[in-house]
Amino acid sequence: MGIVTVKLPDVGEGIAEAELVEWSVKVGDLVREDQILAAVMTDKATVEIPSPVEGKVIWLGGEIGQQLAIGGNLIRIEVEGAGEASDVPPQSHIDAGAGQASAPEIQTDRSAPPSAPPGEAPAALAMPVRSPAPAWPVAPSQGPIRLAGEKPLASPSVRQRALSAGIDLRRLAGTGPAGRITHEDVDHFLAGSHASLPRQAEVRETKVIGLRRKIAERMSNAKRRIPHITIVEEIDVTALEALREQLNSERSAGRPKLTVLPFLMAAMVRALQEQPGLNAHFDDENDVIREFSAVHIGIATQTKGGLLVPVVRHSEHLSLWDSGSELTRLAEAARNGTASRDELSGSTITISSLGPLGAIATTPIINHPEVAIVGVNRMEVRPKWDGSEFVPRKMMNLSSSFDHRVIDGWDAAVFVKRLKTLLETPALIFVEK
Amino acid sequence: MTDLRCKLLVIGAGPGGYVCAIRAGQLGVDTIIVERASLGGTCLNIGCIPSKALIHAADEFSKVAAAASASAHLGISAPGASIDLKATIDWKDAIVHRLTTGVGALLKKAGVRVVKGNAEFLDGKTVELEFEGNRQRIVAETIVIATGAEPVELPFLPFGGPVMSSTTALSRQTVPQQLVVVGGGYIGLEIGTVFRKLGASVTIVEAASRILPQYDAELTKPLLQRLKTLGIDVKAECRAQGLQSDGKGLVITLKDGDEQVLPADAVLVTVGRRPVTQGFGLEGLKLTMSGPFVEIDAMCRTSMRGVFAIGDVTGEPMLAHRAMAQGEMVAEIVAGKKRIWDKVAIPAICFTDPELVTVGQSPDEAKNAGIETKIGTFPFRGNGRAMTLERDDGFVRIVARADNHLVLGIQALGQGVAELASAFGLALEMGARLEDIAATIHAHPSLGEAVQEAALSGLGHAIHF
Repeated sequence: MGIVTVKLPDVGEGIAEAELVEWSVKVGDLVREDQILAAVMTDKATVEIPSPVEGKVIWLGGEIGQQLAIGGNLIRIEVEGAGEASDVPPQSHIDAGAGQASAPEIQTDRSAPPSAPPGEAPAALAMPVRSPAPAWPVAPSQGPIRLAGEKPLASPSVRQRALSAGIDLRRLAGTGPAGRITHEDVDHFLAGSHASLPRQAEVRETKVIGLRRKIAERMSNAKRRIPHITIVEEIDVTALEALREQLNSERSAGRPKLTVLPFLMAAMVRALQEQPGLNAHFDDENDVIREFSAVHIGIATQTKGGLLVPVVRHSEHLSLWDSGSELTRLAEAARNGTASRDELSGSTITISSLGPLGAIATTPIINHPEVAIVGVNRMEVRPKWDGSEFVPRKMMNLSSSFDHRVIDGWDAAVFVKRLKTLLETPALIFVEK
Repeated sequence: MTDLRCKLLVIGAGPGGYVCAIRAGQLGVDTIIVERASLGGTCLNIGCIPSKALIHAADEFSKVAAAASASAHLGISAPGASIDLKATIDWKDAIVHRLTTGVGALLKKAGVRVVKGNAEFLDGKTVELEFEGNRQRIVAETIVIATGAEPVELPFLPFGGPVMSSTTALSRQTVPQQLVVVGGGYIGLEIGTVFRKLGASVTIVEAASRILPQYDAELTKPLLQRLKTLGIDVKAECRAQGLQSDGKGLVITLKDGDEQVLPADAVLVTVGRRPVTQGFGLEGLKLTMSGPFVEIDAMCRTSMRGVFAIGDVTGEPMLAHRAMAQGEMVAEIVAGKKRIWDKVAIPAICFTDPELVTVGQSPDEAKNAGIETKIGTFPFRGNGRAMTLERDDGFVRIVARADNHLVLGIQALGQGVAELASAFGLALEMGARLEDIAATIHAHPSLGEAVQEAALSGLGHAIHF
């Protein structure tokens, strides 16, 4: 029997480590060649790692949520024969197939014995008493029964530590000889096994991993670094809505209905031509602003796993209909997890829309390192004073945030005012200057 | 005179008090300690240390004296031995002086102010100190009562003349001809044995049915045998009545009610010790008492906020090392640390001949607590080191739980076993099982091997017996 060590392959250019998000196998499982062993996550994509060999899993290289170095040991598989590398180079499957990871590196180690799991250590002494509980106890019912009033069995340093930490040792079962409470028992208790004791209010703890951790990191990074200025403006979209309805009713078969978003994107493209400073990245570590001629608009999209931002690339070259179908396609890809790394990165400005949930105003958080984000609020019919009377108009607010370090309030206001003008008189969007 | 102020005031500089003050000083607590006599208390001045010095001197003398007799087997002969007890006492006093001076230096090093005088409580925060007619008030945030204990005096045998307390006996400069010891506790046995070895004829009068009544008979029987070998007469179930009118004998009542006169030129009364709780205004604090002792909780707090008590004044066992541990704990509590009294066992040593050590529960105590036990015993007859020391009497006994072999108590009788007390205490505090002791290599040749063998015996397979 030989042992094959599978290493974490290079799952994306320039990536030094990836987060382990799922184990598809456990120690003791028999795996076939190409069976998925684990999934790791990089900034933008989840990558599945297939097994290059057939054999038995004897060691896992980490826990869910752990960052693994590229090239680090991922898993050990016991194989028939000498444990040579298999002939067929295994491949990593990247979701949506947009990128291909190189084959996992295989390291053969014929001599290394599988490390014994902790539970299988030989018993130290043959004892005519019950053996210590194999697992960490969570209830004080294990271990020898103590007489009422009998002191918990623990060394003086354990007792003092428990006292200092406010732990009543009577609530702990000892795993040591004769039920002695060890430092490890106290460690374990402090680490949270006491959460399983009866409580009046239960607290469910979930480890923040994967996409949620990425979102958390990015959000706090953006909010920590960027002083946001948010402007909320009211847009009269009565004319826009009339145009949209007409286009939708006259659309050719097979075309999806237009939403407001393609119009907004077109208006943004137009406004950004006049203010290219808003279609930019601020590299605040190097103090460089990069203005882009192309307008790649990120669309904040809710998925089951959390917020993703698929990108409509080169919006400046897309027609309303093209924008519409691209939006639909990307949202779908993001929601069913097939969006590629490229489709999830590279935006130069972002739109955040909650649709009918859009509220009156929001304070969107900028998609760092971009410098502007446009938030779309709910559309509704509101009374508007036309100079002589109140008339019902279709109204919608835009809440837009700007990086105030590089965008002055004046420029931000000009941009919002321009969007308002374009959207209220949609013909301006499409008329050549 | 302006009042002295401090965070912590310790009353009494015995082992409890001085340890408390030193530790508090180390922790940066502004501390004053007051003492009416000399630093070190009973232990250093008139108790543990002086008695151990005299026991050692008496042992050395008896060895030299034995070398003069025809029965010596070591091949050593020496001319008739003699002792100048005054010189012995001087030597003992030098040790005491060295130790008490050391305590003074340690207190100073820890930044503790030492004040001499008689303290009197005015209230729970204020003490008035009297020294050579001068009065000084001390106001403290926290006070620790560490006033200790003193020998009990029998009303019909007041101290004075031929009637001695242990204090007098330990500074006596001549060996009495005929000594009667009233009270067969460990103090009476220790001092009685000293004078017997120095040449006095010694009788011990004990009201209970046997000596050391708080220890079990298995431990005390070989000791009684040894006392007989030494020529000490033990009269159990007898009561002292008083001195004969001419002062040259002690009248006792025998078990059957008859009176008997024991000729004596010295009578040592060691019928117990009582806490020092009176005569310094403590009554005025109206502290909750527990019998004659000040009642304390697991943090040595009395019923009054800010007043702690440690040592003999708080009850049995009245032992220096208990007081020291309490003192250290209280100092840390006063300094804001979280501490509580959670000791498994307090070892006790009788420096009798042979020595007697007990830690934790005896077989009877465990049984009475409803615990099923396993007892392992190993006699020094099977121990090579004991033989080379000419003392193979005595044994080591380990009491363990039957179900999981957790060691509940260890007792030992034998010359030199006092030094094993540390190992016994450690085993209990660490929660050792019989297997732990049995699996620990005990150096050969040493008396400690008997401890390992006793554990093996408890497991049913002692090697050397």
